[in-house]
Amino acid sequence: MTAYFLTLLRLFYEFAKVGLFAIGGGLATLPFLYDMADTIGWFTAADVANMIAVSESTPGALGINMATYAGYITAGVPGGIVATLGLISPSILVILIIARMLGKFKDSPLVQKGLYGLRPASVALVAAAGVSVAEVTLVSLPSIEAGAWSSAVIWPAVALGVVIFAAQRKFPKIHPVAFIVFAGVVGAVFRFPA
Amino acid sequence: MREYFELFWTFAKIGGVTFGGGYAMLPILQRECVDKRGWATEEELTDYFAIGQCTPGIIAVNVSTFIGNKRKGILGGIIATVGFTFFPIVLLSLVAAGLGYLLTYPIVQSAFGGVRVCVCVLILNAVLRLWKKSVLDKRTLAIFLAIFLLSVFGGLLPVSISPAVYVVAAALAGLALAPGAKKEDKR
Repeated sequence: MTAYFLTLLRLFYEFAKVGLFAIGGGLATLPFLYDMADTIGWFTAADVANMIAVSESTPGALGINMATYAGYITAGVPGGIVATLGLISPSILVILIIARMLGKFKDSPLVQKGLYGLRPASVALVAAAGVSVAEVTLVSLPSIEAGAWSSAVIWPAVALGVVIFAAQRKFPKIHPVAFIVFAGVVGAVFRFPA
Repeated sequence: MREYFELFWTFAKIGGVTFGGGYAMLPILQRECVDKRGWATEEELTDYFAIGQCTPGIIAVNVSTFIGNKRKGILGGIIATVGFTFFPIVLLSLVAAGLGYLLTYPIVQSAFGGVRVCVCVLILNAVLRLWKKSVLDKRTLAIFLAIFLLSVFGGLLPVSISPAVYVVAAALAGLALAPGAKKEDKR
């Protein structure tokens, strides 16, 4: 029982470290996860690679998924929960502090000017994330690398994208989740490439 | 009490449909937190994403904490964030318990192929919305283009640069370039 409790504590601690030092989103957790695979052995490097694939097709951020997975295989359901809580605790603390300061200094010209530069950067990063999803969805990178330009574009996927884009403009009231479900069904029926 | 539960459940829903990383939560956030509930403004969302990028931890978590905190203080921040992790924890527990093979079925993989198409479009629309509030003039356009191109073609650079660096650089650029709208700062 004590040993189990210590394992949970260790899970919390190790994933809190990842949460504290991985700056810049899910992929930033990768080096830490590989390191954990090497030094602690709760999971293997191959597990991490699998988890990237799983995370691409399940909701949630990669870091959270990895923490749940590693926690679960180490110490069952409580392990998964504890590891995930460990991962998110440092972020919550830091953000709560920043939110407090932001509230206080929101109207200072210095903060306003900083935000003036931050906002287009934020939008650019979101747009770039969109491009990286598009790269694995709308075009076939293997075909491009092989110089097979005729099969470089995955036309059914592009067509679906255009339909959803037009539909979302025309019917802005429809919830985005409805489009996600619709796209999933279309993908399954028309056998989209994974 | 009901408000805390609403916070939890709203973020649980967002976490349950955020396919493809933290940025993909943006369109759903706009719908649930800006349009439907007025918990945050479009500008605030953009700020939260930028700050979340250069602070420790996962962006989705950081943004959830921000909005929860704005709505209901510290406890709100914690509840929103835990809510966001709810469905991923359930799902990944099932995967770890051995149900992961379901995800390898071709039909499931094809469905996810379709979902990713939708995610692209949703992100595109989210970007178009934020664009109006963020890219205001030539200077902000330059910042956008520089960071967009660096991020998309970053793989071609000899060294890999963390997005956090871009964000800090953009904030500094803002300090240097922002038009001095407020005259009192020239005191």
